[in-house]
Amino acid sequence: MSSSIALHGFHGGLRLPGHKIAASAASSRACPLPPTLILPLGQYGGSLAQVLVAPGDRVRRGQLVARADGLAANVHAPAAGSIVAIEPRPVPHICGLPASCIVLAVDTDADTDDRAICFPPMVEWQQADAQSLLERIADAGIVGLGGAAFPTATKLGYPIELLVINGAECEPWIACDQMLLRERAQEVCTGARIMRQIVGATRVVLAIEDRMQDAAEAVRAALDSSTDIELVEVPTIFPQGGERQLIRVLTGKEVPSGGYPVDIGVLCHNVGTAAAVYRAIVRGEPLLERYVSVTGHGVLAAGTWRVTIGTPVEWLIAQAGGYSGDAARVVLGGSMTGTAIATDAVPIVKASNCVLVLTTDQLRDPAPELPCIRCGECARVCPAQLLPQQLHWFIRAADWDAVESHALIDCIECGLCAQVCPSHIPLVDWYRHGKTELHLRADAQQRADAARKRFEARTLRLAQAQAERTERLAARQAVDEESPASDPIAAAVQRAAARKRSEGGPEHGA
Amino acid sequence: MAREFRLGGAPHLPAATSVQTVMLKVLLALLPGIAVSVIWFGVGLLLQIALACVFALLAEAAMLQLRGRPLRPFLSDLSAPVAAVLFALCLPPWAPWWIAAIGMLSAIVLAKHLYGGLGYNVFNPAMVGYVVVLIAFTRELSAWPALAAGSALAPGEMLHAVFGGGQPWDAMAQATPLDTLREQLGQGRTLAEIRSGPAFASAAVRGEWLALAWLLGGLWLLQQRVIHWQVPVGVAVGVIAVAAPLWLYDSGRHASPLFHLTSGATVLAAFFIATEPVSGAATPRGRLLFGAGVGALCVLIRRYGAYPDGIAFAVLLMNAVAPLLDRWLHPRVFGRSK
Repeated sequence: MSSSIALHGFHGGLRLPGHKIAASAASSRACPLPPTLILPLGQYGGSLAQVLVAPGDRVRRGQLVARADGLAANVHAPAAGSIVAIEPRPVPHICGLPASCIVLAVDTDADTDDRAICFPPMVEWQQADAQSLLERIADAGIVGLGGAAFPTATKLGYPIELLVINGAECEPWIACDQMLLRERAQEVCTGARIMRQIVGATRVVLAIEDRMQDAAEAVRAALDSSTDIELVEVPTIFPQGGERQLIRVLTGKEVPSGGYPVDIGVLCHNVGTAAAVYRAIVRGEPLLERYVSVTGHGVLAAGTWRVTIGTPVEWLIAQAGGYSGDAARVVLGGSMTGTAIATDAVPIVKASNCVLVLTTDQLRDPAPELPCIRCGECARVCPAQLLPQQLHWFIRAADWDAVESHALIDCIECGLCAQVCPSHIPLVDWYRHGKTELHLRADAQQRADAARKRFEARTLRLAQAQAERTERLAARQAVDEESPASDPIAAAVQRAAARKRSEGGPEHGA
Repeated sequence: MAREFRLGGAPHLPAATSVQTVMLKVLLALLPGIAVSVIWFGVGLLLQIALACVFALLAEAAMLQLRGRPLRPFLSDLSAPVAAVLFALCLPPWAPWWIAAIGMLSAIVLAKHLYGGLGYNVFNPAMVGYVVVLIAFTRELSAWPALAAGSALAPGEMLHAVFGGGQPWDAMAQATPLDTLREQLGQGRTLAEIRSGPAFASAAVRGEWLALAWLLGGLWLLQQRVIHWQVPVGVAVGVIAVAAPLWLYDSGRHASPLFHLTSGATVLAAFFIATEPVSGAATPRGRLLFGAGVGALCVLIRRYGAYPDGIAFAVLLMNAVAPLLDRWLHPRVFGRSK
């Protein structure tokens, strides 16, 4: 049922045009399997998963093909087929470099459902202990589906009080969470209950934006009369769906700078993640598909699709009617924070929530920017309460101490400052550059500190050795001075004899 | 076949505004006040605005050329016309043409381009231009036309006054309310006596109408998010903070806070001059203090300084301390304690 908890505000933010109708007007459609699936080994920025298959191997749907090692996620074959190659391919990453991928030729004849591999369903999950639930979530390769793709089991490993299920999809154009809630609200709610059981939360809040009335209806119907999950409608203000902003709005508390929500007893999971947890636990399914919005003026038939992980963007666009004539940029994610891709050969990964195709007239004017006129609109909209224009000056001036003291590190790169800048300064680009510089500087500082410590330790060691030597010498001189009258040769002979005696003779010789 | 696309950083959509749009909105917001001024003081103001704009754009183009900067983006950003209009609003309507020329040269060359052009000026260019001509040509700048009906000059006389060097001093000699106040308080008359003077009363009433027109434009700028509320509120607080105690102490010798708020250029300055972003404070509390400083200094200069209105000096003085204010009044960052 809907809850009417008192909401708090957050600084800045902006009501942006949503552009979401195109992606949310019709029901979601299943995207047919492409001939080839591409599965990056690193779905998350952490480490790579270890490959378990070799080219030529035949795999079944749901088979584990790469195992998480460290902070990574398991990779499963999303369809039956044969492994073609394990090689670098273009992946959706901001640096644009190719990365290791498993390339899978889809076996179109296979009766996939019959031969699919599933985990044993845990229908009685209420009786299961947290550890076995967590293991299942890790085994199923579930990561945060809101965009960050952090391994979910790792995030669920701490006890908290408040569990927030984030359906406040604030980024323009994207409607995959809205569609998921509309069509699978029951799965989201059950997934949330499973998560609550794992982390022992006393409260569960499902937050959606107040414009998503269709999703709200579906959630109310799914909750029926149960009150264990509070449905909260938050104002539609970008970046309301950002974890830190949403927690602030729901609780009035701020996640400390450099910390995590768990530091204040809160955990935030995307609605898609909750649904994936439901499927892994109750149905035994690994994470093989997700909702993806395909939208923008550059695509002919916008909509939201249920897409198999690993499907090339190119294939998905073809299902959506193909490009319009003036398609100029393809973005994974929304217009504010999404990543432009250099080629549509990149695959849909677990973190891909939207394929946005922009046309030439929607792109930024290539004309040079004007100087900052210090209008302050950037500071007014900044949800991190920074001074974007000052940061911009300091970064340009390479005044890194000032950049640090002006808290660049707390920038969440929401893009609002650049969106409202009348001088059209690409501020977020500057901040990324600044963060890289700070990182390099910290790294260099660390190396310098280590080198200094090493040098100091060496100096100390040498000084100690010198001191010991001096001491030994002094002691010997003292012994010599105690018996100045005796013959030094006789004394040496005596010492040698004494040493021989103390060593106990040649039969025990050293 | 896979297709290649051009890359670019987020956010991907173009910004919804531009410097030109911001400046255009400022010019539009000035229209009601300009209209009221023309009604009170005659069409001479429009001539001054035109003159100032021409000189400003000429100076801007020359400096851009000298500095090797592209002409088109900087001439079309409308920042020079905004400075020109704000400057012209401070001039008597029949001031000779070279006043506008000297003022705009000072504003655009000295205050703007010698500091680095758009976005780099430390001091408000319009006010630098005004202060230069105010100090150098006090007589020409204090010749405000009489407000009595029928005293408007014929077009021929007006053109003669502006371009021909013939200043019809007698026809125009009329002090502004602030001049009157200053002069007569100096002569030991009380406020009540000064107020009862017919010229003063009608001028003061007209000043209030004018203030209302500036207020109208200013509120629209606030609604359009072109300016921040902290500056006008700060100015009002500053004016009241200095004027109210003086007035309560001796209302016979000090004008009321309301008079200070509605007379002279207070409202114009609060919404259009002190809000000039480049030379003002950039932090929210900095802006509040910046505005308060402008308001307080303005009243002090009016009361104890050598000039009837102190807005221009107040703004320039506060420009000088704005960077310091920003340094002190850093806002708290999300997730951090003070």
